Amino acid sequence: MADETTANPWDTGDGSMPEYDRFNVVNKSPRRVDALKLALGKGTFTDDEVPAGMLHVKMLWSPHAHARIVSIDTSEAEKMPGVQCILHCNNVSRVPHTTAGQGFPEPSPWDALCFDDKVRFVGDRVCAVAAETEADALRAIATIKVEYEVLPAILTVEDAVAPGAVQIHEHPEPTGISKPEQNLACTLDASVGDVEAGFAASDLVIERTYRIGYAQQSPIEPHIAITWLDEDDRLTVRVATQVPFHSRRILAQVLEIPVARIRVIKPRIGGGFGVKQEVLVEDVPALVTLRTGRPARWCLTREEELVSARTRHPSKLTMKAGVMKDGTLQALSMEVLGNSGAYGAHALTVVSCTGGKALPLYKAPNYRFDARVAYTNLPVGGAFRGYGAPQGFYGVEILMDEIAHELGIDPIALREKNMIGSGDDNPLAVALGEGGEGFPQRIRSCGLPECITIGREAIGWERRGSFDKTGTKRRGIGMVALMQGSGIPGVDMASAFLKLNDDGSLNLLVGATDIGTGSDTILSQIAAEELGVQLEDIIIYSADTDLTPFDTGAYASSTTYISGQSVKKAAAGVKRQIIAAAAEIWKCEADELVAADKAVRHPDGRALSYGDICRSTLYHHNQHQIMDHASHMSYECPPPFAAHFCEVEVDVETGEIKVLDYVAAVDCGVAIHPTAAEGQTEGGVQMGLGYALTERYCFDEKGAMQNASFADYKIFSALDMPDMKAVLVPTYEPTGPFGAKSVSEIPINGPAPLLSNAIFDAIGVRFREAPITPEMIWRALRERG
Amino acid sequence: MIQFEATVNGRPVRWDIPAGEFLTETLRSHGLIGTKRGCESGDCGACAVLLDGVEVNSCVLLAAQASGHDIVTIEGIGDARAPHPIQEAFVDAGAVQCGFCTPGMVVATHALLADNAAPTRDDARHALAGHLCRCTGYVKCLDAVELAAERTAAAKGGA
Repeated sequence: MADETTANPWDTGDGSMPEYDRFNVVNKSPRRVDALKLALGKGTFTDDEVPAGMLHVKMLWSPHAHARIVSIDTSEAEKMPGVQCILHCNNVSRVPHTTAGQGFPEPSPWDALCFDDKVRFVGDRVCAVAAETEADALRAIATIKVEYEVLPAILTVEDAVAPGAVQIHEHPEPTGISKPEQNLACTLDASVGDVEAGFAASDLVIERTYRIGYAQQSPIEPHIAITWLDEDDRLTVRVATQVPFHSRRILAQVLEIPVARIRVIKPRIGGGFGVKQEVLVEDVPALVTLRTGRPARWCLTREEELVSARTRHPSKLTMKAGVMKDGTLQALSMEVLGNSGAYGAHALTVVSCTGGKALPLYKAPNYRFDARVAYTNLPVGGAFRGYGAPQGFYGVEILMDEIAHELGIDPIALREKNMIGSGDDNPLAVALGEGGEGFPQRIRSCGLPECITIGREAIGWERRGSFDKTGTKRRGIGMVALMQGSGIPGVDMASAFLKLNDDGSLNLLVGATDIGTGSDTILSQIAAEELGVQLEDIIIYSADTDLTPFDTGAYASSTTYISGQSVKKAAAGVKRQIIAAAAEIWKCEADELVAADKAVRHPDGRALSYGDICRSTLYHHNQHQIMDHASHMSYECPPPFAAHFCEVEVDVETGEIKVLDYVAAVDCGVAIHPTAAEGQTEGGVQMGLGYALTERYCFDEKGAMQNASFADYKIFSALDMPDMKAVLVPTYEPTGPFGAKSVSEIPINGPAPLLSNAIFDAIGVRFREAPITPEMIWRALRERG
Repeated sequence: MIQFEATVNGRPVRWDIPAGEFLTETLRSHGLIGTKRGCESGDCGACAVLLDGVEVNSCVLLAAQASGHDIVTIEGIGDARAPHPIQEAFVDAGAVQCGFCTPGMVVATHALLADNAAPTRDDARHALAGHLCRCTGYVKCLDAVELAAERTAAAKGGA
């Protein structure tokens, strides 16, 4: 077992910058270990290997937003050609669980069944058919007769929590629902100090309500799982997942078979962004395989992905702040009414991050956070990059701009006056952790001031206020400040295993799940740096529940910070063993020896390569395998920081919004792979711009989504994407591997509030609802006259 | 079943396929798995291939319509022993994240550079416009197109 207290040779201890030129592999941008095979089309995604004799699953989805299933008649379908297995509420066990794909026990309510006798949104599961071909399955589905007792549908959160509202989860089995009779999946409150006293002592009290809608993660590879029985009759599941180990545990629960009988394999994943944390498509093909003995595949169509997978929780935020004339914050409160849709996956933890990630960016002596997340008969919320923080920053960062406007203070100056910084304690960390009380957090590294300085210069902030306001095209500039976290403190855990090979190369086995983030490369870089070898010497494999050690999975911006540290510890252990073996060969003291450049050197000039040492230990001298493993978890959760700036042009005749320039400056500590960190930032901004401007769910009066295709649910294309600049602002996080913090989620927090701020600067109209469409602008300008 | 006869990646093929099958499925079921399924409605471009040198979305093209034509998939553009400079450029520019949309983008870049050896950034934007990517923000993909063009020009200039 590796030593937990391995000293970090670059740890400056006080957050100051280390000597970067001492890094050999990290903080550089080598070719990603998997990039070439992917560019060649050789990367093996779930659907790229098909077992012989595989059945295809298709689902009959609910056409009703809320209904009881009175009867299901599958008699005709059973006789259809190719049909092998039909699953529905009358032939599948009722096992309450959550699909949320979290650690155990999950903070999400166990309110889902594989198949229920009730449907709760248009697109809920009714009946699955497995057949020889997808076409056979679809033909069979068309013959299934379902009798529904249609119930009143609840299509807004306000209706959901109104007295006398029909109850969406009234069955006795679910557990963990906060107030099922009030349609509340969860409630949460936290406070520090006394906000009412803070408001009373303030020169200005400002209260605003903000609303932000549905959005979908939209990985280009949709959800897919392929299942089969291996020669030992064990269930093998190859699945596009962010959480192979949670998937295995939840499948065992749902299928009522032992964990030991299940193997989950994560192949290449075509993007996740949170939606593949959901254990959503494994159970049905697994049931088919267990019942028929045959391999089975279930792949969602794009329409199914948009309607029936998971989304970002729409939220209504009531923000209230008390400030002094000079801009000093006295009190800050946030009230959230969230929409979880038909099931409560991630409701509690997402909403806790809405407050917990966004409020502490600004220091106030008094805070209040009050959240309710309601069930509705609409698509289901889930994990989505940012995990509640985008909603929170939507409220906080527009409010800051509104305060600055009211007080006549520069928006940057207002933020600089109040923002958290290095050495500060996160004032809400204990009162509001993820889903409940948390752990104390002190900020040890913070590059936010530099991010703001760089961003204001790059965008040309001094031009703000000097644009011509008479033409049809009006320009404006805005900014936002942001933070996030690095892993879930006290919850996330990762482990790694390393072994040395005959030629000095090493196998690195991790449970960490590369879903396109680049973690296979980053973790290999960390191992190579610690061991003193090249990136090419590390052979990484991730992730497979039979072969790799545990990792909670790719979520909560945890992989670099948590999994990276487990790899670093395991590598340090292997390095110590390599040196010890050399000392034994040379009959000298280990502390005389130095390991670097894939060799151990004696002060007298002798050297043994890692390969020499490995061959000696494998075949000759004190025979053993040099190998080590390590686990890591953390009670610390260092936030990355960022400042985003943009310039927009609004056409006051058409309402068209053009983002002319965008600058995202981010402090992610030491970037292990700077190009990958920039890529995360650029991709996060792109996704955030869609959330800000184009991505929305349109429902008909019965709650059916009307725009479930990439033609109508508009994510940004290369033509829509503005020129942008991602700037990495280096700091050194002493608790992270080689000074690293997270980078993947923080960028998506920026664009939605930023566009409201920049558009306000351009046309003087404040939008408190996103996405902001040209029609909204056009109407608002006409109303203003 | 119908007979599908075409040139695929430079080799003549004759396959029996179900009538009504789309070209993506035909290619994938014959081992050409680099052509991806992202939407099956012609919106995302992950399934792009070259049909007589022209980029098409194979998910909305009936295989029967492609019969008799010259088809190039991502596998025909380069392989591990001889990656195409466009593939190398996507790798070197950091344009590959999850990699699911990458084959389609490489195909699109191939089609662009065949027509336009010195594309502007705007040309590159238009060439990639039909290729949805949710990871990269397209910045490094556009860099990759420019890098591929530069390298191709340099190679020709040096020849």
